[in-house]
Amino acid sequence: MSDALIGIEGISKRFQTLEVLRGVDLDVNRGESIVIIGQSGCGKSVLLKHLVRLLEPDEGAVTFDGVDISSLTGRRLIEMRRRYGMLFQSAALFDSLTVAENVGLGLTEERLHSKTEIDSIVREKLDMVGLTDARDKNPSELSGGMRKRVGLARAIAGNPEVLLYDEPTTGLDPITADMINDMIVDLHQKLNVTSIAVTHDMTSAFKIADRIVMLYDGRVEFDGSPDEVRNTSNEVVRQFITGSAVGPIQVR
Amino acid sequence: MESGLTILGRRGVKFVTKLGGIFLMLGRFLVALKELPRSLGLVFDQLYTLGVKSLPLIIIISVFVGAVAAWQAAYQFKFIGAPLRYLGQAVGKAVVIELAPVLSAIVFAGRVGAGVTAELGSMRVTEQIDALESMGISPIRYLVMPRVLACLFMVPLLVVFAIFIAILGGLVVSVIGVDVSSETFLNGFRNSFQIGDFINGMIKAAVFGLIIGIVGCYEGFHTRGGAQGVGLATTNSVVISSVLILVFNFIFALILFRV
Ligand SMILES: Nc1ncnc2c1ncn2[C@@H]1O[C@H](COP(=O)(O)OP(=O)(O)O)[C@@H](O)[C@H]1O
Ligand SMILES: [Mg+2]
Repeated sequence: MSDALIGIEGISKRFQTLEVLRGVDLDVNRGESIVIIGQSGCGKSVLLKHLVRLLEPDEGAVTFDGVDISSLTGRRLIEMRRRYGMLFQSAALFDSLTVAENVGLGLTEERLHSKTEIDSIVREKLDMVGLTDARDKNPSELSGGMRKRVGLARAIAGNPEVLLYDEPTTGLDPITADMINDMIVDLHQKLNVTSIAVTHDMTSAFKIADRIVMLYDGRVEFDGSPDEVRNTSNEVVRQFITGSAVGPIQVR
Repeated sequence: MESGLTILGRRGVKFVTKLGGIFLMLGRFLVALKELPRSLGLVFDQLYTLGVKSLPLIIIISVFVGAVAAWQAAYQFKFIGAPLRYLGQAVGKAVVIELAPVLSAIVFAGRVGAGVTAELGSMRVTEQIDALESMGISPIRYLVMPRVLACLFMVPLLVVFAIFIAILGGLVVSVIGVDVSSETFLNGFRNSFQIGDFINGMIKAAVFGLIIGIVGCYEGFHTRGGAQGVGLATTNSVVISSVLILVFNFIFALILFRV
């Protein structure tokens, strides 16, 4: 076993007859900022969900800090999950709770902090994403970009070691998207975390990645630095980054 | 071409899978009960929202159920020549052991069971349930347990209301429409009232509440595919719990009320 923080070892996943992942291998080192790119529907969200065991592989294994996460139960599974923070594609804010309650929920349920401590942590995290004044709003009152930022504040509330981003910029206008990208870069440096983002937005990928992995046909097609991506002769990657309908990738 | 047998086989597998899933949900609910103390606040929230939501409807329906029960009983008494002073007894028995528990449960399934499925279903498709789980919060403890418990307690409570209101409805019809004095009607009701019937009615109501809660949560948790999926799950939830209520009601009749 390598000394990677996260090890994805030959995982396969199918839903009924649909084979989504067909042997994905990927090691993520501590402190890296990895972006996983790929077509819509190629299994990026499915892959991300395997990391925190929201889904379990049919074959293969995921390790975290040297431990096979399928062996974790009860408290140890919860502890593993708390070392992650996840931003979901649609932000997945709880619509029955206010912004502040959303950000503080993990801490409230963990029951290790007093109410005033949680209040000040929530304030600090909302400050970090520039939403100090939104604390008493309901999620339904927020714009798409603001929802993502609340989701971001919620993801970092428990001081995670790894941040997972599922299409952080999809559905946002270019300016808001750029602001989110800046935030991701900023948080990566400030919080000293490992970041994994999945996206099909190449602008975003080049901005936040120090390593880019392309998922294609259920496997890792390419793994390299942003410069290597720009200069690659791999036809699949070239077609994807230039956004062409002509090439080896079949448009479904 | 698929043979009829293949289609039947696949339907059968689906049915058994669903039943298994519902039992699994029941098991996970029971396991989550050991964390009840820390979730009491959530339980009270649900008791309030789910119970209060259905009270007005239960009241309206019970008035008419009691009224029509008295009217139909009087009609049949006339036909077989039974004395009308037994009207209170007939209406009372029917309301306490069958009409109030079954009709309240069906109304509750349509109002609250559907609401639970729609809420959890939309939380499922917008990844809110995944988000809870990824934060290390058990969705069974946080979402399912409080809702199922609230159903379990609220249905019997609503049945008590329903009995009370239905008897009142029956009384009004008897006095105005059938010309039975309120004294005669209430005496009949009192004479026929047995605490055992009432307790059996409550047991039934609690089981119906459990069915509605578990099925509602199961369907919500297994919702797939956007707004359309939520609609489908909601319909399924009402249909499945209504059928189960009637099936269990028959089983209860065989066990509790021996002829
Ligand atoms: N829980 C599930 N059940 C069945 N099919 C699923 C499930 N989750 C994802 N899929 C399917 O797997 C494929 C990959 O989905 P996803 O990972 O969400 O794609 P993306 O790369 O756009 O994030 C899609 O075809 C999707 O319909
Ligand atoms: Mg996705």
